[in-house]
Formats: sequence, C-alpha cells, structure tokens
Amino acid sequence: MNKTKILLGHGSGGKLSAELISKMFLPAFTNEFLAPLGDQAVMNINGTRIAFTTDSYVVNPIFFPGGSIGDVAVHGTVNDLAVGGARPLYISAGVILEEGMPMDELERVVSDMKNACERAGVQLVTGDTKVVEKGKGDKIFINTSGIGVIDEGIEMHPGRVQPGDKIIVNGPIGEHGIAIMSIREGLEFETAITSDTAPLNHLVQDMLTVSKNIRWMRDPTRGGLSSSLNELAQTSKKGIALNESDIPVSETVKAACEILGLDPLYVANEGKLLAVVPADEAEDIVIAMHKNPQGKEARVIGEVVDDHYGYVLLKTSIGGNRVVDMLAGEQLPRIC
Amino acid sequence: MKYIDEYRDADLIKKEARKIHKITTKKWAIMEVCGGQTHTIVKTGIDQLLPENITLIHGPGCPVCVTPLEMIDKALEIASQPDVIFTSFGDMLRVPGSHKDLFSVKADGGNVRIVYSPLDAVKLAQKHPDKKVVFFAVGFETTAPANAMAVWQAKQLGLNNFSILVSHVLVPPAMEAVLDSPFNSVQGFVAAGHVCAVMGYKDYEPMAKQYQVPMVVTGFEPLDLLQGIYMLIKQLEEGRYEVENQYTRAVTREGNIPAQETIFKVFKIGDRAWRGIGIVPNSGYMLKDEFAAYDAEEVFPGISNIHSQESEICISGLVLQGVKKPHECPAFGKECTPMTPLGATMVSSEGACAAYYNYGRYRQGVG
Repeated sequence: MNKTKILLGHGSGGKLSAELISKMFLPAFTNEFLAPLGDQAVMNINGTRIAFTTDSYVVNPIFFPGGSIGDVAVHGTVNDLAVGGARPLYISAGVILEEGMPMDELERVVSDMKNACERAGVQLVTGDTKVVEKGKGDKIFINTSGIGVIDEGIEMHPGRVQPGDKIIVNGPIGEHGIAIMSIREGLEFETAITSDTAPLNHLVQDMLTVSKNIRWMRDPTRGGLSSSLNELAQTSKKGIALNESDIPVSETVKAACEILGLDPLYVANEGKLLAVVPADEAEDIVIAMHKNPQGKEARVIGEVVDDHYGYVLLKTSIGGNRVVDMLAGEQLPRIC
Repeated sequence: MKYIDEYRDADLIKKEARKIHKITTKKWAIMEVCGGQTHTIVKTGIDQLLPENITLIHGPGCPVCVTPLEMIDKALEIASQPDVIFTSFGDMLRVPGSHKDLFSVKADGGNVRIVYSPLDAVKLAQKHPDKKVVFFAVGFETTAPANAMAVWQAKQLGLNNFSILVSHVLVPPAMEAVLDSPFNSVQGFVAAGHVCAVMGYKDYEPMAKQYQVPMVVTGFEPLDLLQGIYMLIKQLEEGRYEVENQYTRAVTREGNIPAQETIFKVFKIGDRAWRGIGIVPNSGYMLKDEFAAYDAEEVFPGISNIHSQESEICISGLVLQGVKKPHECPAFGKECTPMTPLGATMVSSEGACAAYYNYGRYRQGVG
C-alpha cells in the first residue's frame, strides 16, 4: 500500500512499527547499545550499569477510567527501566501543550505525574515545555526519559532464554486498552473496567530478591501480549507455547472484546509484565509476586520450547493449536 | 461469561467431536457459509478435532471479502473529497483498492471514521450539517436491518447530508452460485446462523430439495459448530437432505419479521457483483427509488466512471467458492500477507486467507 506517508498503523506497535524502526531508524543510528532493541539501552559507565529509556505519550482522551496521560507518562518510563532489571532513579519530562488547553486539566495531569513519581520512588529532575498552535496538537503530548541502575548479577536478554523456562504474567490482561476504548468518541460503552496503569519497579525488585536468574522481562503495552512474545520468539530463536486457559482475562474485558470483535492478546496494558524464568524457580517467584499488590494474580501462562522456532503457539481451551501472530496494523473491529 | 463459556466447554466439545467420529463412515466435503464461523473454526482449532474424512470448505460469507474492488475504489474516491465524513465498519479500512486504502486516504487528510453502527453515522450527519456524511453499507442480511433503519431515520429527520454507499449481498444466491459451479464439491452446508436470525430459513427448504443438499443452520461458538457439523454429517450418512436448525436459541423458521419489514421498506432486491465470483442475479439489496436521495452513487455521480480490474495473481475468487484452499495460492504468505493483501480474503480477519495466515500458517508448514 501507500508507503510514501506515515499511517496510524506505524504507531500501533505491530509489524508496521517494527518495519519503520528497522528500515528507517536503525540504519541511521546503529550502535551496540541500540542494536538489541530492548525497552532500554544499557551502558556501563565507570563500572556501573546504567539503563536509559525514553517514550512519548499521546493518549486520547487524556483522562480515562483509572488514570490519565500523567500517570502513564511516568509509569511507562519507570516500567521500561524496571523490566530491564534496573532500579529507576530519575526521569525527565518534555511537555508539548496545545494552545487553548484548559489550565485546570493541565493541573490535574501535573498532579497525577507528581503522585506517580512518588509512588514509583523516582524524581523528575529536568524538563521542558513548548506550546503549539490550536489544532496542531491534541491538548497535551508528553515525552519522558528515565535512567536507572542495574545491580550486580542481573542479566536479562533474549539470548538467556532456554527451552523449558516458564512464562509468567503478573495479572489479567487488556484492561488499559479496553478502558480507553470504552470512552472513545462513537464507541462509548458502560463498563466497570479501569486502566491497570501502575509502576512495576517494586514488583520487579521483589522478584529479583527471590531470584537473580530471571532471563527476560517485558511490559506488554501497545500490541499487547502477542507483540512482546512474538518479539521474544524471534530474537531468542526459540518457540513460545501458551495455554489459553491459563491466561488471565477479566470477565469484563472478555465481554468487551466479544462485543467489539477484538482479541485480548492484542489489547494494550500499562501495568503488566511478562517474565521468563527458570522452571525450577517459577513457583517461588510467583509466590513472591502474590505478596505485592501489582502481582497478586500472577501466574504461569506457558513455556519456552525447543520447537516451532520464532513462533508463538497457543493451545486453545478446546485442545486445538493456533499461531498467535504479530498484529499487522491497528486491531480493527469486525463487521459482524 | 454466562451464555458463552457454556458453548466453549472443553469436555462437551470433545464429547461432540467423538460423536462425529463415531458416525462418519465416508468422505464428506461440507461448507461453512459464514466468515464468522470460519474464524471460530480456525481460531479454536475445531478442524483439528474432526475425522480426516471430513473436509471443511470455507464459504463466501465474509462481507469484506466479497465487496468488489470497484466499490472500494468508489469509497476511496468519496472519502477523499474535502466536504465528506466517510464512515465505515472497522475492517473495511484496510481493504486495498486499486492504489490505496481508506487508512491512506485518512493519512492524506480525508475525514474517515470507524463507527459501530450506521445509526452513529446518522448522528454525525445531525452534528455536522455542513458536511456530507456517507456510510459504507456492506454486509449480508445481518447488517441490512440497521443500515435500512439508518436511511429510514435520516429521512424521518429530514437530513439532506446523509447517504450510504450500498454493496449489500444476500446469502442464498451465493449458496446457489456455489452449487451451480462446475467445480463444486460441496455436499452439505453449515448455514449462517445470524443471517437466518434475521431472514429465517424457509427460503432454504426448496434449495435443499432441488439440489439434494442438506443444510444445518448453525451458531458461532465452538460447541455450536461441532453440533451443527454432527447434524449435517448425520444427514449425509443417512442420505437425507433437509434443513435443520442447530441455532434454536437465536433462529426461527420465519426469522425476525420486524427486521425484514424494515429492510423491505428501504431496499429492493437486484443484481450484484461479488468480488471473485462476478455478477450474481438477484443477489443484493439496493435502495428503492424513493430513497435515491440517500444513495451515495446518486449524491456523487462522478464515481460512476470508476471501473476497476482485480489483481491477476490473486485467487480469492476460487477460495471464496471453495475450489482452492488459501495455502494453495502461490502468493499466500509471500507477496500476499495481512500487511500486503492482494485480495480481500487476506484483509478481513474473517477472510479465509487471513484466518489461515493468522491461525493456521504454522500447521500448513508455510513461512
């Protein structure tokens, strides 16, 4: 199709996004820190391993059940650091405001950012603001960057993933995406679902206290579980086998997905992590997670296998198998 | 989820599958007519539970797939105009036209919006009296009542800025086209439950008799499908060719009479082109003359000059008729993927090719 212009699908976190990065940005900037394409770059500075990440937030609407763009702007960056095994310390914020944005709405966003920083235990240490003409932005865009420190002995990357390893998720999936969709214009539906937006750094530290052998972690945001696990299958060159009946999905998210014709595996999360851990340590890690509010519904959902390399296979609840592919563009509601 | 989980119960499903194994003694080729049924079959792996003697052929019941390229190009032309808000169900947006899709039109500044109901498009027309609001009315008998109601309401409200681009198709003529095809191998139909919820199934009875082909009106959950397949195989094994109803919780023989009345207030039956199949007589709805003012083809006369050619490589027509399986296409999974669809069967998640690509590709050993 039309490859001469940017489409919304280029921002969906699926195949189009991956193509944009690999064909446009990687060739221009390739270096040893960027090449692994992790959620964070890891640099060794004077013997200390520093994790560094950045992310931009363009949520519409900016307030939604369970949070706001201010919450996700802090949590998202904190989580990108945390899933690399880092302790997040400092973040920056670049805020692009649209002319005409009500001041009280900005106050609410800033207050949410402040509370989110406190909850995560990070400090916002530098920032910038710009204002664009009315119509050139969508009330507010936020970019945050963050740095953290990775403690000795922690090594998380796809290369460490072994057949037999277990895959853990910390709770029910798809809640952020459905919460946002429930209030989109033209789509409003009544639901008790709230976004799962939350900082995961404390949960990750609890997990690392039990085991330093966690092989790999990701926070499955845009593109949902399927995108993160497909990336893992491809970069680790292993197979991923999931059990549909073990994947936690709340009744409300299930119902919303049924109505909208969506698959929860592709719906966005803002407070979820996926972890690959050695089989013999999985139980202890899950028990430790259960003690943290962000992990009280943690469970094993599948394993890494020495088969179907590069593919994610789902054993369906009725005993069939299917490939869980990466999303091509945006997930589209079906006609009937 | 109540009333859904019951129909996905693994034990009941295995039990039903065992019943099918028990009664199957010969080779049978059956077609599930509706794209929604194909989706469930491939998504849950029902085909893997069936005896080898049973071949499932995926039918033409995917509205996105059978909408002709020419209609897509007309939609793109309308959506590109500056004073238009073009509304559509979500999965039409990625269907490729000859040169672009609705997403690209949107990227070029076109006002293209996904709606969940044509009535939302009517609301948009009320809200934006300075814009022409057009709804892309595709689909089978299932979506027809709501589309008819949208036009009806627009007329009641006296709106002069709302129209629909109609590409409505009907299931029974498509089933007849399959049966009349010289390549036909279909011996029985798993008929489309939601279409019958609207239209009933009494029209199917003469067809079953004439072609001596059994039909079972079937729902969309895994247990529905296995039960429907069981009833169909039982008929085939016993040499019967009746119309039976598995989906009794939603379908009656007469169907939904008020919905049918709404349809025929607004629509009349006429010839319609199907992507990959060609013109099928009396196979679609078009607006009645008294609603011509709500027909986008009348509102935008310029689009009558659009005549489009289908891709030469794509075999979606043969796939839609059940003559070929998606992976038998040389372009499948290579030139043609959900990212770069050559034909509409790869675009909609209900399309047979996309369903194979997304859920069955690994099993077919491709890619």
